[in-house]
Order: sequence, then C-alpha cells, then structure tokens
Amino acid sequence: MANKNNEALKQPMWVNNPVLVQILGICSALAVTAQLKPAIVMGLSVTIIVAMANVIISLLRNTIPNRIRIIIQLVVVAALVTIVSEILKAFAYDVSVQLSVYVGLIITNCILMGRLEAFAMQNGPWASFLDGIGNGLGYAAILIVVAFVRELFGSGTLFGFQIIPQCFYEAGYLNNGLMIMPPMALILVGCIIWFHRAKNKDLQEN
Amino acid sequence: MSLRNYIDKIKPNFEEGGKLHAFRSVFEGFETFLYVPNTTAKNGVNIHDSFDSKRMMIMVVIALCPALLFGMYNVGYQHFALAGMLSQASFWNMFWFGFLAVLPRLIVSYVVGLTIEFIVAQWKHEEIQEGYLVSGFIIPLIVPATCPLWILAIAVAFSVIFAKEIFGGTGMNFLNVALITRAFIFFAYPSVITGETVWVVDHAICGLGADIDGMTAATALGTAATTAAAPAFSMDMVWGLIPGSVGETSVIAIALGALLLLYTGIASWKTMLSVFVGGILMALVYNTWGPDNAMAQMPWYEHICLGGFCFGAVFMATDPVTSARTEVGKWIYGLLIGMMAITIRVMNPGYPEGMMLAILLMNCFAPLIDWCVVQRNVNKRANRINK
Repeated sequence: MANKNNEALKQPMWVNNPVLVQILGICSALAVTAQLKPAIVMGLSVTIIVAMANVIISLLRNTIPNRIRIIIQLVVVAALVTIVSEILKAFAYDVSVQLSVYVGLIITNCILMGRLEAFAMQNGPWASFLDGIGNGLGYAAILIVVAFVRELFGSGTLFGFQIIPQCFYEAGYLNNGLMIMPPMALILVGCIIWFHRAKNKDLQEN
Repeated sequence: MSLRNYIDKIKPNFEEGGKLHAFRSVFEGFETFLYVPNTTAKNGVNIHDSFDSKRMMIMVVIALCPALLFGMYNVGYQHFALAGMLSQASFWNMFWFGFLAVLPRLIVSYVVGLTIEFIVAQWKHEEIQEGYLVSGFIIPLIVPATCPLWILAIAVAFSVIFAKEIFGGTGMNFLNVALITRAFIFFAYPSVITGETVWVVDHAICGLGADIDGMTAATALGTAATTAAAPAFSMDMVWGLIPGSVGETSVIAIALGALLLLYTGIASWKTMLSVFVGGILMALVYNTWGPDNAMAQMPWYEHICLGGFCFGAVFMATDPVTSARTEVGKWIYGLLIGMMAITIRVMNPGYPEGMMLAILLMNCFAPLIDWCVVQRNVNKRANRINK
C-alpha cells in the first residue's frame, strides 16, 4: 500500500506528467509563464487546489450520486478556487493582478477534473492527497522551467532582477520579443515534450 | 576527370568502418553536388532525367543572382546617397561597399543552416538534403543589410530546426523556411527589421563609405503607413534604387529571375500570375472603396513595385514544397496571397509589409486548398457514375 502511495506521488512528477503526457493545463501554462513569479504562484495554487479537492471528493466518493458527480466536483473546485483567489488578493495583491483571470480559470484546468474523475473517485483520501500533490507539482515544474527560459531570454531578468549584464546590451544584445509571446511558450513546451519522449521511449507513438 | 578519380580515391574513407565515417553525409552531399549519382533502379521501368532536385535548386540560385547583385549595388548606393557622397562614389565603390555589407550575412546564413543540415543528416543516417541551398541564398536577400549577424544566426537555426527538420527535412516542411527566418526576426527582434534606422548601413566598411549618425531613411511602404500621403511613384521604384531589404527592391532584377524560372518551368506561372492578379484586384478594390489612408489610396502599380511583393510572388509563393500542388489550387492559392498581402498593408498600419505574413498564412492553407480541389474532382466523378 505504501508503494502505491509512493507511485501516486512520484509518477505524475515526471514519467506520467499531466502536462507532458496528457497535454492538460496547456492554456494556463502558456498564459502565465512570461515571468517566473506568477508561474510559481500559479503552480502552487493549482497544487493546493488539486490536493484539497482530491481529499474532499475522495471523502465524499461513496455518497456522490453518479449522475451529478461532475456538478459536485465543480462546486468543490469552485469553492477552493474562490478561497485561493481571495487569499492571493489579500496577501499577494500584485501577483494576483498579474495572474488576473487565470486564477479564476483554474476551475477550468483540465488537470483538476481529470484527477478528480480518474483518481479521487476510486481512492482513499491519503492516496488522493498524494496524487493531487504529485500532479500539482508536476504541473508547477513545467511552468517553472518554461517561465525560467521565457523570463531570462525575453526580459533578461529572473524574479524581476536583471540577470543579463548591462554591458551585453551595450554591445548590441537584444531581448527576444518572441519569448514574451505565447507562441514561444508553446514551442518551449513542445521542446520539453520532445525531450521527455526521447527519455521515455515507451511513450513514443509509431 | 581527375576530380572524379580523386573522389573515387578518397571514397573508401567515408564508408562504413572508414576513418572519416563521421563525415559520410558531408562527403555524399558534395559528391552528388559535383556529379550526377550513378546509381539506378534495379527493377521495373524507370525514366530518368539528370535534372534532379540539386540541379533544380541551382537554377533557382542562378535566378536569384540578379537580385543579389543589384541588391549589393543598392546597399552601397543607399549608403552613399544618405551620406551625401553620391557624386564622389563610383559604381565599383558602391558595389564593393554593398558586397562587403551583404557577404557576411550570406556566409552566416549558409554556415549555420548547412551545419544543422549536416548534423541532422549524419544523426539520422540520411543523405544531405539540398533544400537549404535556396533558403540560405534567399535569407540574406529578405533582411535589411544592417541585420546583426548573431540575430541572423539564431533566426536561421530556429527556422531550420523548427520549420524544417522536425517535420522531416527538405520537402516535408509546410512553411517556407526563409520566410520563417524573417518572421522570427520580425517578431523576436522587431527593432532590427522595422522602422527608419535599419534600412541603410550607417557606418564605413573597410574604409569604404563614411560613418553617418542620426540620418535615417524609411522604406516607401513605411512612409505610406505612418504619413498621410504615399510617396509619389517614380522609376527608382522599378529599378530598385530605394531603401529596403537587400534583394527585394528591384523589379527589373526580380523579373530577370522570374523569366529564367518560368523558362525552365521550375516555378509555376499560374501561381506567379495569380499572385499579381490578386494583388492588383485588391489594390483596385481599396482604391475605390477602401478606408481613407495613404496605403489604400496607393495605385496598384505602386503596390506591386514596393516592398517584397514581387520578390515574394516570384521566389516565395512559387516554392513547390509549400505552395498548393493541384492546378486549380495554384490559382486559388496565388490569388489569396495577393489579396491578403494588400489587405494586410492597407488594414493594419502596424505591418506595412504584408507579403511575408500573407505567404505564411497561405502556406498553412495550401494543403486544405488541395484537399478541397481533389475532393471536388472525386465527387464530380462519383456523380458521373451514379447518374
């Protein structure tokens, strides 16, 4: 049993990563990764919400009527998203402004509904909690890698601090404007998937 | 035939187990570049022509030469004109200045692009594909002569890898590689490819020319996009003595290339003609009903002469890999490119040159156009049987 819990936590971090393998949550991965800080906040918010929603649904799983389970899942997720959104507004206002609608849109993030349907409805609360943490962190890891590259080459900064020295700019270096745009984020996610498939050959399609 | 003998002598080094095996694909690339391959099919009846894709690419490169040579001259001409030294500079002064300005870009384009091609070919155990011969030649022609070399190198690497190699290499790309290079620079480093300061080289090269500060020259389209009145039409726009990307200014030089491409049958006259027809039609439509801005009121012949319209129509739209392949499809594809190019120019002042985006957009739709044309034919024949 301990082994299964271990799997639930570790699998989605890399081998069965929700972004890389199931291609879920791409929309927000493109939208909030222009800078590192909002990407980390977004990743953590999703991690917390998936974990909590997984636990709640897992506890309720035997009492939820099958026909209205999607509505109940949505109510739980919506409540959690609202709480997180309010907390961000109270304690990290500037980040919540940067994330704008995307915090509210966590409710539509496919990773959430996917985990609730596929895992929490069949498993106990502790396993569900670990599964939520694993998937959330797997999602956050991709966001952070993409945001790192985008902020470094698109703005020359990390967390808002200038990394690329001023003398580079004086010598003619320019920030890559395409990195700021969502299409480049899609290409970067594509590159990570490429690398991931190359490492996990059993995932390669013929 | 001593070259042939020499190649045969060194050939064993490159075969499996030879000491230079790592360069096999490079060797094969050069061998077939110099000589027609002597291997033939062993079964079935085949008709062979020595006109393979390498010969075809070389014809396109030859067709591009007038545009390149004139572009070099024009780079020098624009520099000396802006410096106010036109009367002192001779023809050869201007040409050498432009030659020295453009040559590094040509070299960077080929070195970066071919290196990636060689590495991929060796890695995938394939022959080197020759598609980059043309792309590498076109790329320096469609960027300003001031484009920094490192930006060009990044853009070339990006487009060869992401527009071509990941789709399977030459002949598999659905987007024009040279245009993706330009689009990458356009979106990633807009300051080096738009505006008034990038079109004329403003410093001396190897003692030729002079350092000029604070002098700018906008392209005619740039002027039309930002001011109320379009520049008046002049013969300079036809000859190409105007600021712009290196190879696209001269209608005459491009027309020479177009004649060669049409004579040898490499480019489709249908695509080429329909791009012009689409552009002229759309320009006339905007002349009559268009919004009240300088770009919309520009006469059709000026629209055609300015910017990359001619270059795009002759060398980019007709790219046999990325254009529509059905005969009816070519007409639709070309017409839409011409119409889109003028529409982007008129409707969006942020993009004074619409040709690049128009061709890339239609590259995406070319397979759909072909599919519709083929399906229509299938349905027509099916109906004939059912009747």
